[in-house]
Amino acid sequence: MSTLSATRSRRVGDRVFSGTTRGAALLILLAMGGVAAFLAVEGIPALGAGPEALGGASGFTSYLWPLIYGTVLAAVIALLIATPLSVGTALVISHYAPRRLSRALGYVVDLLAAIPSVVYGLWGIGFLGVHLAPAYVWLGQHASWIPFFAGPGSTTGRTILTAGIVLAIMVLPIITAIAREIFAQTPTLTQEAALALGATRWEMVRLAVLPPARSGLVSAVMLGLGRALGETMAVAMVLSASGVVTIDLIGNTNPSTIAANIALKFPEATGLGVNALIASGLALFVLTFAVNAAARAIVTRSERKLK
Amino acid sequence: MNSSTVRRAAIPAAAAVALGLGLSGCGAANEQPANAAGSLSGTLNGAGSSAQQAAQEAWRAGFQTAHPGVTVNYDPVGSGSGVDQFLSGGVPFAGSDAYLTTEEVAKSKKVCGGQTAIEVPDYVSPIAVVYNLSGVQDLQLDPRTLAGIFDGSITTWNDPAIKADNPGANLPAQRITPVHRSDDSGTTENFTDYLSQASQGAWSNPAGETWPVKSGEGAQGTSGVIQAVTNGAGTIGYADASQAGQLSTAKIKVGSQYVGPTADGAAKALDASQPVSGRSAGDMALNLNRTTTAPGAYPLVLVSYLIGCPSYGSAHTGDLVGKYFSYVLSPQGQQAAAKTAGSAPLSSSFSKRAEAQVAKIQ
Repeated sequence: MSTLSATRSRRVGDRVFSGTTRGAALLILLAMGGVAAFLAVEGIPALGAGPEALGGASGFTSYLWPLIYGTVLAAVIALLIATPLSVGTALVISHYAPRRLSRALGYVVDLLAAIPSVVYGLWGIGFLGVHLAPAYVWLGQHASWIPFFAGPGSTTGRTILTAGIVLAIMVLPIITAIAREIFAQTPTLTQEAALALGATRWEMVRLAVLPPARSGLVSAVMLGLGRALGETMAVAMVLSASGVVTIDLIGNTNPSTIAANIALKFPEATGLGVNALIASGLALFVLTFAVNAAARAIVTRSERKLK
Repeated sequence: MNSSTVRRAAIPAAAAVALGLGLSGCGAANEQPANAAGSLSGTLNGAGSSAQQAAQEAWRAGFQTAHPGVTVNYDPVGSGSGVDQFLSGGVPFAGSDAYLTTEEVAKSKKVCGGQTAIEVPDYVSPIAVVYNLSGVQDLQLDPRTLAGIFDGSITTWNDPAIKADNPGANLPAQRITPVHRSDDSGTTENFTDYLSQASQGAWSNPAGETWPVKSGEGAQGTSGVIQAVTNGAGTIGYADASQAGQLSTAKIKVGSQYVGPTADGAAKALDASQPVSGRSAGDMALNLNRTTTAPGAYPLVLVSYLIGCPSYGSAHTGDLVGKYFSYVLSPQGQQAAAKTAGSAPLSSSFSKRAEAQVAKIQ
């Protein structure tokens, strides 16, 4: 009798628990679906919008294309800088530094994540840009044969390269924190075996830490990419955006990013202009989704290969 | 982003609540016949132009000191959004950097009980051309040269066109970095409007809130432009004259003289402008005359309007709006704005005409 009621009560608990978790999962799907539906419904009218609602662009594609280009360019610059830095920092924390130092370092990196993006923006225009400007001018004068530095260099330093560097520092704590956890979970036995067989520290890391951590690293970088693609305030403040498409990284005419463009244009937007901004938001949503899906595909394929 | 979406949604709601309170307050006030002047109470909500923000703060403080029972809220959501909220009945008054379009005037009949909205200029601010060029103190520019600099066809400071405007100056062979607003703004609209009217065809781009040229440097907000001009070298930009701070300001050519941005010059330019035709008596919308040659006038100005109804459904709201508008247009109100926001006070003849219009609000 008593056992029966115990099972029954356990079953009630089970049912409540599974119900709650299922509900939570469904809620997330609903929220995502709701956002997508809102963006689509509000954005579709913009497809037929004319130049006056699209800031002078002749059609929606020519309005959207420079924005997508700028978004991807800024995010790629950020990841090119942040990925090696983050992986290096995470390795130092997990495998190189003495325990006390590594803990302190971990705290400092986590603190970077707590700084509001407006503060990064202020720092970007007030300090970083100003100090990078002489370098941009120099590059524009002496290295203009490299298309990235075609110049003439910006004298205010508010270029897409500066924006990329600010973004890199903003995504650094995300990638580092995850990479650190992943490195800490790599099998200790194989690492000790590698060291016992005479491998140097670097060889041990290369043979026994990086390969098992690879898929985790990819997802860490993808999370960082998500932040970089969607970052709004810092980019809106730092970047001198003109809506052009260029690979020149140091000039004062730069492509804008989708998120920054929405933040800048929304307050004064009316009518179809609002729809156009929402439609560009939908494009960002889809872009982030596609990037994440691609990353998942890469991870699963590389895992299969390892097996 | 998020917060501003929330704000947009919240304001009509808050306004509705406030109006409701205002109505009930009105009912209560009617029971007490001794509703003498000075016992005004309730909440008045407005929204619109962010250029007016600092001035509205000053007016709000001044009006609330005179009428302790009143709370005035002004949300600087931007002109477009403020007018939208006004036309949908969300707020009883709006501030806008552009006068209502003919369509919007027709639409205003819906919220104003069959009459069209009234518009009065309340905030006039000269727009300064600020620059940062070491060694050059008194830059003078013809509107045609200014157009060339900002559309990217004049690229260095020692260009013959700039030299011709500044015969004595020692202009360096430095590159010009023109700085414009990267967000949509009424300042950009007035600056581009000035260029297209005054540059005798040198400015071939449209006038509007969005910067039309894909060259030069973009910066967010007035403060962003000022910061970019200050931090750069060989930079030039446009901003509210009150915000220019330590930066040098260029004089622009009006007629045969070069005029700097002053409150006096802006008021003169306003007096030289014509009212928009086909509007009601209460609609004081102005077609700014950017090509005026009146001596001392500075036609590169931003004129912002107060928009309200000639009569409201509730006498209480009408009373609040009318008294607030009167205060804003009064010499004290205009002086308060000049002090805090650096705007140009309306000339006394102009503000008298405007006050006569808002006195009719009921």
